[in-house]
Amino acid sequence: MAGHTVEEIKKETRGYILVFVALAALTVVTVGVSYLHLSIGPAIVLALFIATIKGSLVACFFMHLISERKLIYSVLILTVVFFIVLMVVPLSSFLDHLAPWG
Amino acid sequence: MSVPEKQPAAVAEHHGHHEEPFWKKYIFSQDHKVIGLQYGITALFFLMFGFCLMLLMRWQLAFPGKPVPLLGGLASMSRLFIYGALLILAIAAVYLLRGRATGAVRGLAVAVVTLASVFLFVTLVARLLSDANAPGGIILPEFYNQLGAMHGTIMVFLAVVPLLVGAFGNYVLPLQIGAPDMAFPKLNMASYWCYLPGGLVMLMSFFVPGGAANSGWTSYPPLSNIATQGQTWWLFGMVLLITSSLLGSVNFITTVFQLRAKGLSFMRLPFFCWAQLVTSFLLLLAFPPLEAAGILQLADRLLGTSFFMPSGLVVSGQVLDVAGGGSPLLWQHLFWFLAHPEVYVLILPAMGIVAEVIANNTRKPLWGYKAMVYATIFLGFMSFIVWAHHMFLTGMGTSISAFFQTTTMIISVPSVVILTALLISLWGGSIRFNTPMLFALAFLPMFGIGGLTGLPLGLAPSDIHLHDTYYVIGHFHYVVAPGTIFAIFAGIYYWFPKFTGRKMSEALGKLHFWPSLIAINCVFMPMFIQGLAGVSRRLYDGGQQYAHAQEVLHWNAFMSAGAYMLLLAQIPFIFNFFWSMRRGEKVGANPWQATTLEWAAAPSPPVAHGNFPQVPVVVRGPYEYSPPDEDVEFLPQHTPQQA
Amino acid sequence: MEIPYTIDDRPDTGLYNAKLGIWLFLASEVMLFGALFSTLVLLRTGADYWPHGYEKLNVPLATINTFVLIASSVTMVMSWASLRLKDFRKHRLYLWLTFLCGLGFMVIKGIEYGTKFSHHLYPSTDNFYATYYTLTGLHGLHVVGGMVVILYLLLTGSRMWQSQPERFTNRIEVVGLYWHFVDLVWIFLFPILYLL
Ligand code: HEM
Ligand SMILES: [Cu+2]
Repeated sequence: MAGHTVEEIKKETRGYILVFVALAALTVVTVGVSYLHLSIGPAIVLALFIATIKGSLVACFFMHLISERKLIYSVLILTVVFFIVLMVVPLSSFLDHLAPWG
Repeated sequence: MSVPEKQPAAVAEHHGHHEEPFWKKYIFSQDHKVIGLQYGITALFFLMFGFCLMLLMRWQLAFPGKPVPLLGGLASMSRLFIYGALLILAIAAVYLLRGRATGAVRGLAVAVVTLASVFLFVTLVARLLSDANAPGGIILPEFYNQLGAMHGTIMVFLAVVPLLVGAFGNYVLPLQIGAPDMAFPKLNMASYWCYLPGGLVMLMSFFVPGGAANSGWTSYPPLSNIATQGQTWWLFGMVLLITSSLLGSVNFITTVFQLRAKGLSFMRLPFFCWAQLVTSFLLLLAFPPLEAAGILQLADRLLGTSFFMPSGLVVSGQVLDVAGGGSPLLWQHLFWFLAHPEVYVLILPAMGIVAEVIANNTRKPLWGYKAMVYATIFLGFMSFIVWAHHMFLTGMGTSISAFFQTTTMIISVPSVVILTALLISLWGGSIRFNTPMLFALAFLPMFGIGGLTGLPLGLAPSDIHLHDTYYVIGHFHYVVAPGTIFAIFAGIYYWFPKFTGRKMSEALGKLHFWPSLIAINCVFMPMFIQGLAGVSRRLYDGGQQYAHAQEVLHWNAFMSAGAYMLLLAQIPFIFNFFWSMRRGEKVGANPWQATTLEWAAAPSPPVAHGNFPQVPVVVRGPYEYSPPDEDVEFLPQHTPQQA
Repeated sequence: MEIPYTIDDRPDTGLYNAKLGIWLFLASEVMLFGALFSTLVLLRTGADYWPHGYEKLNVPLATINTFVLIASSVTMVMSWASLRLKDFRKHRLYLWLTFLCGLGFMVIKGIEYGTKFSHHLYPSTDNFYATYYTLTGLHGLHVVGGMVVILYLLLTGSRMWQSQPERFTNRIEVVGLYWHFVDLVWIFLFPILYLL
């Protein structure tokens, strides 16, 4: 990070404020949506969609993942793969014998 | 180990090091070598302790209901003796470690330390046979359950992994990559200081009301949820141990990526380092789910939640008063999500050690080094998606079990690749049959038996018959005992000169190897016979009450005899180990004429926080033995080409 | 011999040691929270009855807490940016703000827990509350952990700015990465526990 000029850093700082505004707005949206009491399917999709956007903003800008090194990307991709396995497989082993294909 | 004597003060000063105070040097040390030794000594203690738990079990299995011989009297001895021995041991040990004693006084101190240690160890084991556990020396079923659960836990988490990763990894890996230390020395120290309390918590749990954990090393709920207090201690211990592993793995991975010497590209990395790297990734990503599961089980036990408690559970004729709605199977998923990768944690570094020893003693490059590396990476990856092969009998559907059978068959391929490459590496070598090499050679067929007997367990149709029988016990012990433990012995004999500057005795080594090899097969081979006959594991009487077991019960006495032979076979090793520290043949920095960088670190043991006389620069691959166009017998990784 | 790359980036990875270290640690944290999320999904799909979060929990309070935590992330990143601009006073100001936000978050969390307790709603009540308390509790512990480190860097730890300014800047970056991660976890916890 040492190579960045004062100008660049100042520009980044303004970006942080924008991200903050976006995060706050999205929080308002997701809370607002929850008061509509949508049925559970769409509610989950929408809430997770908004949370994913917010999470990506934090990761990309505050954690500056948007311009990170290859090694870090590799580690994170590996982690995400196993994360998905961990989320999906136990669940599917429970649903398996209920499901038509089982 | 009295380092100061062997380390000329000039060398220490040359590296700008002043004498550190005692506690900083040996207790809260941040030097990877000292931490490695701390791990090694602690883990060897636990290995011995876990071994003794097994000896008690084997007594009960062979002679159910007969009092344990010899130890009975010690169980009720006054505590004053213990405190006294502890005090004397502490004083004598500190006195010795300060390194100022000489001559006869020193000899006396050594004798005192030896006697006090042996006395304390035997007393510790004897104390387990209290009236609550073994009245009159007869092991109660409840106590057998404690022994089984704690033998498994201690062997896996407190002995073998800390030896492979904490000790060998810590000591050898930075040397092999030409680094002055680990990337984070403080974290390294913290890792040991989480491991030790974790181990002590496990030990102390034997002495709380109801005794230690008794629901198997797998701790399946709901049984574990309603088990005695010992289970809570087990969980706390595990949380500490997992934390220790996580700190360690962050450190290892960073060290390999960041601190490799100039010129040491990944394809020049010794295979041992590759094995450690992949192992660290397994620990890093597979342990947290077990940590989560441990926290949830703690909540179940202490806060009254029902994560793993089904509704309407009836215990001793009464419906349990809990909210219910939880899932016992969830624990099994989270547990095996760790525990399958864990078996590769137990075997990959072992393969790494064996590869080093084989390359060195065949005096030729490893055959198929690249294939081995890619196989290791692939194996590490696949190990995350095979775990439910431990759960074929839990009523999961056919498509999920088909998935896990397939992945399990696939994962066996890279293991075979590695084993084959090691076998072919022997071909045409001018083999030196020294002690490390004997253990490494024995590893190959022993691991082969362990691995191949695993295949029927990975296929649901045959696993339905074999699941939870002694066949399973036989299978995985072939992997971890004559497999991994033998690799550990190979490593100890091989790197001992680096740790101490002296070689272990070859004659005693052979006296250790051959009886061990024979005895260990006597213990484990009959387990396959019993298992195929359908004898279940975790039976406190070895199956006396089952009609189908009667035909094969006579093997129990035979196996136990094997286990006691195995104990006797360790005496030459223990003696050799301590004797060689002071009296072993003195050797130079590279006694095995090896090529990898740890042997370029001089003197032996290398200096603290620095390791190398000059910063090494690597110019070639790891195993340049008998190079074809050179007139030298071997080319170390760092020496420039001799024209 | 000094350990290489504690300050400078290693050319082939482009990273200093602690940065790789913290990302590895965060990867393990992903798996920790992954297992807990997996638990929640599994228990909820398997339950006969599971309330909507907004029926049982205090959404306005949690919304405020969301703002507090997001704000703390901004101050954290600003505190790092100020250091890179060599403005140590501003850095301290922002870091103190971050710490106070963390404190505020925990106080609000305490109020939330307190009212639940006073209504006799405990982890043992049912699995809805069990997951609620465990997940928010563990997240809260992470916040407290971060606060402890931040406090250290505000007090004795800040001396490093005089002796090794670059290393100190790295430290702030690394702590920041951790802090943002804790924020990120909350961004998912909040809708999953409170809004669905
Ligand atoms: C070296 C000699 C060893 C012998 C003779 C031995 C023997 C045994 C015996 C008799 C059992 C109990 C079987 C039962 O009651 O179901 C057992 C269980 C077990 N052993 Fe070993 N063992 C040895 C080493 C090891 C090592 C090195 C490890 C691990 C690295 C290990 C891990 C386990 C585990 C995980 C269990 C299962 C515990 C449970 O049922 O929960 N053992 N062993
Ligand atoms: Cu497995």
